[in-house]
Amino acid sequence: MGDKHIVGAAVPRKEGRDKVTGAARYVDDMTLPGMLYGATVRSRVPRGRIKKISFGAGVNWDEFVIVTAKDIPGKNCIALILEDQPCLAAEFVNHQEEPILLLAHAERHKLWKAVAAVDIEVEELPAVLAIEDSEQRREIIWGTDNIFKTFLIEKGQVDGVWAKAAHIVEGEYFTGAQEQLYIENNGMIAAYDEQHGITVWGSLQCPYYLHKALMALCGLPEEKVRVVQMETGGAFGGKEEYPSMIAGHAALLARKSGRPVKIIYDRAEDMAATTKRHPSRTRHRTAVDAHGKILGGEIEFTIDGGAYATLSAVVLSRGTIHAGGAYHWPNVRIRGKAVATNIPPHGAFRGFGAPQSLFALERHMDRIAQVLGISPVEIRRRNFLRPGQTTTTEQLVGAETNLEHLLDRALKLSQYEEKKKLFALANKSGNVKRGMGLATFLHGAGFTGSGERYLDSVAGVEARTDGSVWVLVSSTEFGQGTNTVLCQIAAEALGLRFADVSIAQPDTRAVPNSGPTVASRTVMVVGKLVQSAALGLQQTLVAAGLLGEKSTPDEFRVACTEYIAKRGALRSYARYQAPSDVFWDDQKYRGEAYAAFAWAAYVAEVAVDLTTYETTVKDFVALQEVGKVLHPLLAEGQIVGGVAQAIGFALYEKVIWRNGRMVNNQMTNYIMPGATDLPPIRVYFEEFGNPHGAYGAKGIGELPMDGPAPAIISALEDATGVRGSSIPFLPEDLFAAMREKANPETVTTQAGESA
Amino acid sequence: MRADPVEYECVAPGSLQEVVTLLAAEPGAWVPLAGGTDVMVLYAAGKLAARKFVSIWNLPELRRIVVRPDEIMMGAACTYSSLRQHDLLGREFQMLAAAASWTGGIANQNRGTLGGNIANASPAADSLPALLAYEAELILASVRGDRRISYQSFHQGYKQTTMAPDELIRAVCLPRKFSGYSSYTRKVGARRSQAIAKVCVAALGKCANGVIEDLRVAFGSVAPVPLRLVKLEAALKGREIGRELHDLARKLVAAEIAPITDIRSNLEYRVAVAQNLMAEFLEQLASSESRA
Amino acid sequence: MREPGKASARSPLSFSVNGETRRATAPPMSRLLDVLRDELGLTGTKEGCGEGECGSCAVLMDGLLVNSCLVPVLEAAGTKITTIEGITHDEQWREVQAAFLECGGAQCGICTPGMVLATVELLRKNALPTDEEIREGLAGNLCRCTGYLHIFKAVAKAARRNRAR
Repeated sequence: MGDKHIVGAAVPRKEGRDKVTGAARYVDDMTLPGMLYGATVRSRVPRGRIKKISFGAGVNWDEFVIVTAKDIPGKNCIALILEDQPCLAAEFVNHQEEPILLLAHAERHKLWKAVAAVDIEVEELPAVLAIEDSEQRREIIWGTDNIFKTFLIEKGQVDGVWAKAAHIVEGEYFTGAQEQLYIENNGMIAAYDEQHGITVWGSLQCPYYLHKALMALCGLPEEKVRVVQMETGGAFGGKEEYPSMIAGHAALLARKSGRPVKIIYDRAEDMAATTKRHPSRTRHRTAVDAHGKILGGEIEFTIDGGAYATLSAVVLSRGTIHAGGAYHWPNVRIRGKAVATNIPPHGAFRGFGAPQSLFALERHMDRIAQVLGISPVEIRRRNFLRPGQTTTTEQLVGAETNLEHLLDRALKLSQYEEKKKLFALANKSGNVKRGMGLATFLHGAGFTGSGERYLDSVAGVEARTDGSVWVLVSSTEFGQGTNTVLCQIAAEALGLRFADVSIAQPDTRAVPNSGPTVASRTVMVVGKLVQSAALGLQQTLVAAGLLGEKSTPDEFRVACTEYIAKRGALRSYARYQAPSDVFWDDQKYRGEAYAAFAWAAYVAEVAVDLTTYETTVKDFVALQEVGKVLHPLLAEGQIVGGVAQAIGFALYEKVIWRNGRMVNNQMTNYIMPGATDLPPIRVYFEEFGNPHGAYGAKGIGELPMDGPAPAIISALEDATGVRGSSIPFLPEDLFAAMREKANPETVTTQAGESA
Repeated sequence: MRADPVEYECVAPGSLQEVVTLLAAEPGAWVPLAGGTDVMVLYAAGKLAARKFVSIWNLPELRRIVVRPDEIMMGAACTYSSLRQHDLLGREFQMLAAAASWTGGIANQNRGTLGGNIANASPAADSLPALLAYEAELILASVRGDRRISYQSFHQGYKQTTMAPDELIRAVCLPRKFSGYSSYTRKVGARRSQAIAKVCVAALGKCANGVIEDLRVAFGSVAPVPLRLVKLEAALKGREIGRELHDLARKLVAAEIAPITDIRSNLEYRVAVAQNLMAEFLEQLASSESRA
Repeated sequence: MREPGKASARSPLSFSVNGETRRATAPPMSRLLDVLRDELGLTGTKEGCGEGECGSCAVLMDGLLVNSCLVPVLEAAGTKITTIEGITHDEQWREVQAAFLECGGAQCGICTPGMVLATVELLRKNALPTDEEIREGLAGNLCRCTGYLHIFKAVAKAARRNRAR
């Protein structure tokens, strides 16, 4: 590869100038001639049968475009994995906020009164609002048994371990829903005409997901659907599947009215109606020997999918595979299950099941340590996966893996042992208690198992007469650095200046399907394809005798000009090729689950104020091994941002449900950490390389979401002795736990919950 | 945005006299609008019943802070930023200055006004307990002239005040009589900044030889109105600070406040935190004696 | 110059935006945010929450940071408004934008205009803010992507550069 002076450097963010000057164009910044504004009329009950729709007085309905399920030309569904989710509810509603009817008007401000004036008479049916209710099956609300999906992972002979165990440790752990809270709400513009079909512009992660969904909804062929990504103000998974829904709505209104239609959600609607992180319940039963070594265990991992299947099966897959974490399980049985409830469907959010199952596991490891009377550090040391051992899916752990080293380094960087001793003394007096906690974990990058093969991604690189090079991918930028890193890779591969390479706006008419921008796969998988395509382009010029194997940017430009003049367009594509050493059995759920794991050790220091029961994170060390770091500033930014979201997940962000609806759906009531809440988050990298990733990179986008929550709750336990097993863990929860410790009979109401 | 601007009227007369005349012409129809940090949130959420607004944002007579020997008078349209910048306020009325720094971020402090928050009458507003503890008086203006009332009696029930439909708050007066008192104020919200209070306290005390000579204790977010704990004050005045007093204070706090479980927090937590804050105040009071 | 208030709901309001006199015909209770974006075409100012919590809509009004989603346009009449577009043409304050670029202070970019304006107000009042003061100055601006670290570094860098000029 030569010397890497672009890859590995902190080159300027490609679209950065537009972002800091306010010139970047997000969907709500765009208007089209004759454009109408759309709004959605939604269910106000969690489950029922629609009996009548009436249009109230005080609104001039003639001015409005009205769309119902009857107006859907193709299939009334949002095609994703299954096709169970309607685009518009026809006869039944299965969750609060379910879309029933669409309105459009030329004046934006006229819409809300009209939405309020549509009366939907629903005969209510008993709703299922929690995992336990769904399991009891008094009401069947999906399929035959309320179960979207199950997985079973079995390794060794777990039934034989109990008799040999010195200790059997059980635990139950919970995580709540979490709102992605991208600062830009969901939005779409759609236009329709007979000749071109549907075009949508919007805030989104996966152009080809929308493409597929719109084809099915509108009954249109491939070439009559076009999806264009606008600058996207944050996504985190929250714009992976949901945009297909809002795009479908805008498209239907555009089709009916013959005018472009813009739908932009306000914060209250976005929070209440769109996807959130799957709530989870994990049960552990573990057999350990007298030294705390895991002999085997049973893990039951259950997630609440909401009313429709959407991506729950895939979230479940990742959560189930990660449920055993960074430790060696010689014998294990892991049962994963995704159940249906009458709640707005949950969806993708950074981490995608792993933060949930890893929270449970890490808390459980602390519990095992307690039972044995050893430290949280020691229990991990004794159980780390080592090179030559296999994961729960029997994936071989590579020779470069060294969790002990990561642990030792993280402990040193955080001064874990010294501070723990110090705090133990200091905590004897005063009202502020301090504690240290840690988490050691892994995160698999890319789609699971055969997923990448199924995606069959393609990336392209194009050179133009002026020597400029364009990366052609459907991978989207939403802050994480896609544009910058993919251009770095292409520039590096072609020996060009970073400024010579640009990336085409993701437009399904112009770019190939490089797969969705999810699963921490963009740099590792798509980057590799971009690298290949770039090299392919170079080889085309070499083969044409226009370029040497090594060239300067100027020589490259001259070669391009000549080539294009003689032979026309100069484009090169590369298609995903599954590594030959990656095997996965979809039936037994066994084998190489991911092409690469990134490994991490995180340490949290907290201060707990017993006057107010508030927990503050005072220091945080995030150490991870991520292959090669292609852009140090972007990589650090990803880790800090992910840790910040995970601190929210642990301590601040609670979704309050009432009758299946999020009622704290405002930024004033759903609390994410602000500038004065977070400590300086200290980020460190180890680089062990990855043969499968571009320039040795592994995925890093989601990893930082997995570790902070258990590390913080562990630190909280160190500080107060309260063993948290459920997040978010609010001051109210700490107060209730401390009071229960003092008087076991008392009962507390939860904030916002009614009986 | 869940409101249609064409359905609303908003005017900005050039003088206070014109404002009160307008209020009197259609009592209850016009709502005074200052910085908008409360009103505009409800407006955008489609939850505003009123349709006519008279802006008092730009009236110089409502923006002045006047310092007299015995009191400080702040115009109702003084923003929290202007309060924070006022030296004397910072020296003599630290609790109000502190509350001003807690009321939202800088942008909301630049627009939020003292009078606006009082009139909005949320029991969770940060500055209201301090006003109660400092024994504030309000000057209310109308076509009938000014009248001066004790702030203590202003809040009658949840978001109900003693203002007549044609009145507005003109100024807030604080008596300059608390030098020598130790002050303690603390806000407990869901995060460090930009948070509505779960519990808020503002307390003043004077202590000699371990005995409480005088005290004022006011809480926010523990009742339908910001609450001064007059019964607690009466019971603790003249008593010695010690273990017994602490236990008594805890009981008195629980007896006098009436918090609820709502979207932000729950009853038991609020009671416990209020009790803890009271304890912290008493500790500070006991140790501050040498500085009194 | 402040205009004395008029009782008419529809006479055009005028104010200065980024140094230019502009007029708005929108009704007086229109949000300044909507007037800037929809009527004046200045889309750099963003709506994130509509409730004054996130700070994405922040602009400077007579030099003071305000959340434009909470300002009825009538109260902006006669004032001098600076939006992110104005900062780009300001020789002194576009240093802030440069610092954000260099330090990774903008990821998805949606909070960035508000953050830049909050930074400008902060540095005008306090040329060399401490870490604590930077946090307090930006406490009304929420960012979901960065975890704030790179933003604080950008502010500190802009402050040092500004001071050096």
